Amino acid sequence: MNPFQYTRSSAASGAIQSLVKEPQAHFLAGGTNLIDLIKMGVLRPERLVDINALPLRGIEAIAGGLRIGALASNSEVADHPLVLQDYPLLAQAINAGASPQLRNMATVGGNIMQRTRCNYFFDTAMPCNKRSPGSGCGALDGYNRMHALFGASEKCIAVNPSDMNVALTALEAVVHVKGPKRDRKIAFSDFHRLPGDHPEKDNTLERTELIISVDLPANSFNRHVHYLKVRDRTSFAFALISVAAALDLEGDKIKGARLAMGGVAHKPWRLHGAEAFLLGKTSGEDVFRQAARIAMQGAKAYKYNQFKLTLAPNAILQALKTASSLG
Amino acid sequence: MKKDKIGDPLSRIDGRLKVTGGAKYSGEYKLPGLTYGVLVSATIPCGTVSSMDIQAAGKAPGVLAVITPFNAPKVPGYQPGAARPVRGLKLFNDDKVYFNGQPIALVVAETFERATYAASLVKATYKAEPFETDFHKNFDKGVIPNEGRYKDYVRGEADAYKKAPVVVEQDYMLPSEMHNPMELHVTTAFWDGDDKVTLYTKSQGVIGSQRSIANAFGLEVANVQINSRFVGGAFGSSLRTWPHEVAAVQAARLVKRPVKLTLTREQMFTLVGYRPLTIQRIGLGATTDGKLMGITHESHSQTAVYEEFTENAVNVSRFLYASPNANTRYKVVPLNVGVPTPMRGPGEATGSFALESALDELSYKLNIDPIELRLKNYTDMDPERNLPWSSKFLKECYQLGAERIGWEKRPTKPGMQRDGDWMVGYGLGCGAFGAYRSKTQVRIKLTPDGSVNIQTATSDIGPGTGTAMTLIAADILGIPAERISFELGNSAFPVAPTQGGSQTVSSVGSAVHDVCIALKQKLNTLAGLPADNTAEIEYATILQRLNLPSLELTQESQSGEEARKYSMYSFSAHFAQVHVHSLTGIVRVKRLVAVVDGGKIVNHKTASSQMIGGAVGGIGMALTEEAIFDDRFGRYVNGNLADYHVPVNADAPDIEAIFIDKPDPIINPIGTKGLGEISLIGVAAAVANAVFNATGKRIRDLPITPDKVLMT
Ligand SMILES: Cc1cc2nc3c(=O)[nH]c(=O)nc-3n(C[C@H](O)[C@H](O)[C@H](O)COP(=O)(O)OP(=O)(O)OC[C@H]3O[C@@H](n4cnc5c(N)ncnc54)[C@H](O)[C@@H]3O)c2cc1C
Repeated sequence: MNPFQYTRSSAASGAIQSLVKEPQAHFLAGGTNLIDLIKMGVLRPERLVDINALPLRGIEAIAGGLRIGALASNSEVADHPLVLQDYPLLAQAINAGASPQLRNMATVGGNIMQRTRCNYFFDTAMPCNKRSPGSGCGALDGYNRMHALFGASEKCIAVNPSDMNVALTALEAVVHVKGPKRDRKIAFSDFHRLPGDHPEKDNTLERTELIISVDLPANSFNRHVHYLKVRDRTSFAFALISVAAALDLEGDKIKGARLAMGGVAHKPWRLHGAEAFLLGKTSGEDVFRQAARIAMQGAKAYKYNQFKLTLAPNAILQALKTASSLG
Repeated sequence: MKKDKIGDPLSRIDGRLKVTGGAKYSGEYKLPGLTYGVLVSATIPCGTVSSMDIQAAGKAPGVLAVITPFNAPKVPGYQPGAARPVRGLKLFNDDKVYFNGQPIALVVAETFERATYAASLVKATYKAEPFETDFHKNFDKGVIPNEGRYKDYVRGEADAYKKAPVVVEQDYMLPSEMHNPMELHVTTAFWDGDDKVTLYTKSQGVIGSQRSIANAFGLEVANVQINSRFVGGAFGSSLRTWPHEVAAVQAARLVKRPVKLTLTREQMFTLVGYRPLTIQRIGLGATTDGKLMGITHESHSQTAVYEEFTENAVNVSRFLYASPNANTRYKVVPLNVGVPTPMRGPGEATGSFALESALDELSYKLNIDPIELRLKNYTDMDPERNLPWSSKFLKECYQLGAERIGWEKRPTKPGMQRDGDWMVGYGLGCGAFGAYRSKTQVRIKLTPDGSVNIQTATSDIGPGTGTAMTLIAADILGIPAERISFELGNSAFPVAPTQGGSQTVSSVGSAVHDVCIALKQKLNTLAGLPADNTAEIEYATILQRLNLPSLELTQESQSGEEARKYSMYSFSAHFAQVHVHSLTGIVRVKRLVAVVDGGKIVNHKTASSQMIGGAVGGIGMALTEEAIFDDRFGRYVNGNLADYHVPVNADAPDIEAIFIDKPDPIINPIGTKGLGEISLIGVAAAVANAVFNATGKRIRDLPITPDKVLMT
């Protein structure tokens, strides 16, 4: 950890200006990811701009949905009555992540922005294009058991580690951000990006932009939902594969479906093809199995994550079965 | 008067201190002028440090010293021809790098943060040399260790299993596992003049630490003071004095102030040992009705190029089952890795995973119940040493465990029982661990107010040693536990063995037993009564009457002839019930019943905790724990607690500990045999065997993660 300056901001604009002025300044929210990265020497900031005093903690109903402030803690969101009532998928996903202590500290903005857990990214003695562009991808020919199946590049095969993000993708959340010049909205599926030639960029947020809130549009996916997370221990481990499944059922007719996967790509992976296939079908194991097969088209595995080619479709099937109450 | 008896469930005597933060651990002594040491680790696995740039680090705020191989004050015990040489890695003594993560510098500064920052400024250039960390690639380079008990062993005919009508021959793999105690390794050291040094350090044996530090610095043993009153878990990682502890002492001498050196969690993966990666081959041969005709057990495990590490991986196959023919072979493969060290249930846990898995495989081949198979090959004497057991109640363990887990519900064919999407299975795994007793001295002091103080240089790394000792003393003296204060973890106290190998209650407990009896006899004599008087008397009144300020006694206690005439072991039978998810491969241990013949149980409460803790460790071994190397760099890729998965609460099911609780008539006056190690030995096999029973999939390389279940 290197010495750095610390500022506590009381207004969003001030916080943003601090980042405009100093290229090595970072927003500090719960600190559960940022501080670890500083300790590991992955980041060497010159200033931390503490945003915890900004009035961005609220969770409130808005016309056509729910608005969640960027500083609402993961626990507050997962326990909120409106979230539990209208977006139980989100509560399940958040509670599948980390530990109670971490969820109390972690914020929605910080969770969206959390960096990959790729071991090569975390260890400064090994190569990583995301941490140190041009140094090579340690995982490509290395220990890549946790790594991507979809949308990876030769430069980076890391995955986005967040559980919450998988649910937010399925729920078509919209991220509201404030920049030095303007405010803008980013559809959740456009927020994170694929690595391509620039794995150092996780997402489309500008460095000086601040996440203000996440809006969830109203939907009818509040009954038949399931977030399934397969991991190496029962709790407190990142996903090998996770699936956010939501069905809108009339009897056993599928009126609507939302599906997204975690642990398979540089961004939370929405399964549009499988969703389209499910539409209008009668829910049942065979149909789910076919949807899972469609979802896996184009998957490419590496030396140590071959198992994901089997696990991922199985997990989709299980998540759909549970969501539809088939077991 | 309330009395506390051996066997009572006494709560931990230091429980309140521990849960209120009152217990002071080695890293919590805020000495005047305290400074902080932070190690810089090498980033290559083999070679030499050709130069180091410590300019920036030296100039960083608050820095007092930067110790490197190029400027380190010499440690006398590291030098060739030293009178009392120090074994193992000689930190900063030369420019050689033997493994990735080896410390190459130590920065001392006014604060931990400043030392940490300055450490990041130290720059090294290396002359890298070819290295080997790939165990599989170097398997054939295994060598037979120097130590006698690891030489090839043959009873009857070697490899006789091959000729039997029914044969199992399989390889079993165990990855490197890290102890990962909650408390980091911390050493705080300060000198008094040039010939006296005091350490607060995480230690399982303060007497051993005292000797090691004295040897390293050529000091009088009495001039080294080691304190380790509270230890936040160790599991074997503090059995020895590590090079970084020597470095802390070296640094304290250099800066002439107390130095506190704390390892980071990442450094704990390379500097304080681990259970070594091991591949074992088991050959079992049996008659068609299940009589073993031959057992062969071979093991290869990794060790460091700079120091040999050995453990009892194959030994269990020499004595646990009756077989006319048995042979073992044990080799170690030197690699560019840190040296391993015993980890709870050390080699026995490794060995029993292989042997007990193979036996389970044999039971399916023979279509004989696994308990039945073990009973058919039960041995009433130790076939290795040709001696009678001091006591053995393993049959009773099978029976009690089978009843408790509901063994009759176990499907005889695998993959037959389901609970929704989950497949259900049952498994059994057994273990044995030597019951030891080492020489121990204990001092006791009675004062006229009736309170008793007992001192001995043992440790308590978590089992509740002080509590058990208090109970023994209370029982023998016939007084309430509250009147007794028990002190340990200080090298100035009478000599006691290291807390390892499950010998503490047997060794120290016997000495406490003996010193209490001696005290009683002395008091009786003082009171003019026959020495062996058993009638109750208030001891304190004798002192009052005779106007004695106190009565103090030191007694030494040790084993005798019996140690050569009998074979002494604790035995265990672990029963697991698991659920395995058919689509995701997730394994959940639903129930675990651990039945142990550990001799007399001194304190049922702490003994149960001990068993539960060991079982959780066994679940980790079976399902989650694995330190993974990237052999291109010779570095661990999961050297942190987020990626190295110790089991969490949610992985620990309903665990039931059952004790046979019959005193061993031979080993020591109380009849205890030991629990700490045996609690883990056999658990991994029980779980793996249950997974097979549930799924029909035999997974021979641990841990059994969802991917392996799915892809097998
Ligand atoms: C041991 C461990 C296990 C974990 N397990 C899981 C798991 O299983 N699943 C899971 O999903 N997560 C897991 N996490 C990650 C955890 O969810 C994240 O660390 C947390 O969500 C980050 O939130 P924070 O508020 O602490 O962010 P911080 O650490 O404060 O910030 C993270 C990043 O976000 C930026 N940032 C924060 N707020 C904003 C904002 N409003 N606008 C713009 N940028 C912002 C910061 O500058 C920084 O770059 C785990 C973490 C740990 C340490």
